[in-house]
Amino acid sequence: MLSRVAERLYWSARYLERVENTARLVSVYDDLLFDLPKNIEVSWYNLIEILSGEELFEQRYKVKDERNVVKFLLADDTNFNSMLSSLKMVKENIRTTRDAVPRETWELINELDLYAQQNIKQGINRSGRHDFLNTIIEGCQKIIGLFAGAMRRDSGWHFLIMGRYLERADMGTRILDAAVSLMLQSEPEARIQLGQVTWSKVLKSQSAYLDYRRTVRTSINGAKATTFLMNDLCFPRSLAYCLGQIGEAATKLPRAGLITAQVDKLLEFDYPINSSEDLDEDFHNHLNDIQIAIIEINHQITENWFHFRQGDAA
Amino acid sequence: MEKLTSHYQSADFFDELIDDKGTARSPAKQLLGYLDSLSEDELEKRRLTAEATIQEMGISFTVYTEEGNIDRAWPFDIVPRTIEASDWKIAEAGLKQRLTALNLFINDLYHDQNVIKDGIIPEHIIKDSKNFRPECVGVSPAYGVWAHICGTDLVRDENGDFFVLEDNLRVPSGVSYMLENRAITKRVLPELFENESILPVDSYTSQLFDTLASLSPRDIENPEIVVLTPGIYNSAYFEHAFLAQQMGAELVEGSDLFVDSDDCVYMKTIDGPERVDVIYRRIDDLFIDPEAFDPESVLGVAGLMRAWRAGNVALANAPGAGVADDKVVYAYVPAIIRYYLNEEPILNNVETFLCDDPEQRAYVLANLDKLVVKPANESGGYGMLVGPHSTKKEQALFAELITKNPRNYIAQPTLRLSTAPTLISKGVLEPRHLDLRPFILQAKDTYVTTGGLTRVAMKKGSLVVNSSQGGGSKDTWIVETKGQ
Repeated sequence: MLSRVAERLYWSARYLERVENTARLVSVYDDLLFDLPKNIEVSWYNLIEILSGEELFEQRYKVKDERNVVKFLLADDTNFNSMLSSLKMVKENIRTTRDAVPRETWELINELDLYAQQNIKQGINRSGRHDFLNTIIEGCQKIIGLFAGAMRRDSGWHFLIMGRYLERADMGTRILDAAVSLMLQSEPEARIQLGQVTWSKVLKSQSAYLDYRRTVRTSINGAKATTFLMNDLCFPRSLAYCLGQIGEAATKLPRAGLITAQVDKLLEFDYPINSSEDLDEDFHNHLNDIQIAIIEINHQITENWFHFRQGDAA
Repeated sequence: MEKLTSHYQSADFFDELIDDKGTARSPAKQLLGYLDSLSEDELEKRRLTAEATIQEMGISFTVYTEEGNIDRAWPFDIVPRTIEASDWKIAEAGLKQRLTALNLFINDLYHDQNVIKDGIIPEHIIKDSKNFRPECVGVSPAYGVWAHICGTDLVRDENGDFFVLEDNLRVPSGVSYMLENRAITKRVLPELFENESILPVDSYTSQLFDTLASLSPRDIENPEIVVLTPGIYNSAYFEHAFLAQQMGAELVEGSDLFVDSDDCVYMKTIDGPERVDVIYRRIDDLFIDPEAFDPESVLGVAGLMRAWRAGNVALANAPGAGVADDKVVYAYVPAIIRYYLNEEPILNNVETFLCDDPEQRAYVLANLDKLVVKPANESGGYGMLVGPHSTKKEQALFAELITKNPRNYIAQPTLRLSTAPTLISKGVLEPRHLDLRPFILQAKDTYVTTGGLTRVAMKKGSLVVNSSQGGGSKDTWIVETKGQ
């Protein structure tokens, strides 16, 4: 497989996952606002912080309100991480690797991109937002489903897997971090009230609610939800699962050593969370370290397979 | 209910589907009968289906504009153009004959140049040709074939006879649209495919694959074949990707390849370098190798010509094949056919005046308002003068251009291009001019597409069919009607 094609497949998967996760994130916040007691203030601006978009946001907007935040995350074309920008990147990457993915991929991504562009107003206005975001998430899943059902498990597939799960691990830890920050910011007496709602939304945002119920079998609290989302080996959106997928995909490719070593190191790391008190500043720093390690894995993937060194030649 | 075709009239032109008495020609009978049976609304529904299909399939081409490159949906008319299979057989034989002769001619030019020595074509025509490549002299590509893929433009005159308008031997495009047009039409008019004998077109990509594979310099079972594209901003990128995908070949850009010290071409893969055997290049000669040609070019691969000359990689089309693409050479093709094959040309050329010849030039200069003037080596319909539609000022400009550089211009009478019914607005069929670009493959064997790409001038009365100039297209049906 061409290094360039491998790189573009990897990035199409990352951007596709980013589209889905951005939609999930906005959706869960939207939902959260309906359920929170009136006296608790939740700022939409948290979302900008989760996604490290403060600087760019503040260049563009004066008011940190819902409309601006949602617009920035979904529609803004100066924000290269916005949903529409990410979709455009999926499209561009697929466009240049159409010969390496199932034929229908191109049609599906076009459909999704057209839909998103034509209906973006629905996403920005609260009334149509839920349906809009749902359709976007479904559109992403359709493409992932097509890959799963129609693609050979060759190198291209492994690069898609690495891209998808790296992005998912990145976003997953950001969402956890957001919830932790939200809790830390609130008054201790509000935390109990807030915790129930927040953590069940976090689980729902990851489609993890039912699996949590079935496997953890206790009421929802921060420590248990976080443990599930970090450590569960079978749930496809947990950090451990994502890292496992990256490591496994890497071993199917040549010269995987550095990447698998890095992944194994991360997987071995055990951060004990016994009660919700443990979700403190230290834990926040721990998540930060994981984020840095994820960035490092991305860097190694790039070096290992995408930057061709002519010295390797015959 | 009034019939769709009842008011249709194609004035003084040969209409592909309906004769001058208003009767459907035999290959179009079932088609027109069927279209007449549809209500206006139903027909409109089909048109919208086509539009949606094109959008969904992402069939597009890129147009260069001042505001940047725009990716446009492929302009398509749902009414197919029909040709009788027995008529097509003749055109097909003519095309095979023409390409066989042209390849013998190109090979001769880069070796002994007997065609010049024997006085068939004047030496200075070749010497001054922009597309003659001295770098290619003495190279012997497999089977003596240089132009492996050719798109020859055919038109029909007022009597319905086929004429060759031009040969495109450099990097002809359009074949993917031919295939996609058929795919769309199958979705839009599925009923007709059940009852009619419409010859299939979809073997092209496997023929192309076989043609390319037969060029491999290494005698191995699975030669590495790649399609070399200038990248996504090229107007034909859609096609490059389409062909690579359909052939299961790697779609590469210049930066994916390199030539090593062993003069072999390699591609950069995740496993390390992998040897490349055949390159179907969709980049013009002068950009394929910065080492041999334009050092500024970033599209190509340094050392590619070295590898090709050493016989370590096959290039399709071979560099230098474009020498026969020259519109001045075009004028000599009938003579070329007689010279190499000792046969009469099956397909005629359009009458052509060479501005290089003083007598013919005088005629051209005196009749600029009636003629079409074309530069010898442009493509895409650029730099032309269409006499009857031109202003005095434009004619004066061309008079000057021709006088300054007569070798670079030819002129042809304005053609009375055939027309076909085209759906212009809801329920309205009007005649529009069209041409046809069949594709001819040649290596060990010769193959001609079933029909080709029909391009339509969408503006009323216009003769310009190029998609870069706002033309559209139609599916082309070769229909068997005899012996039923």
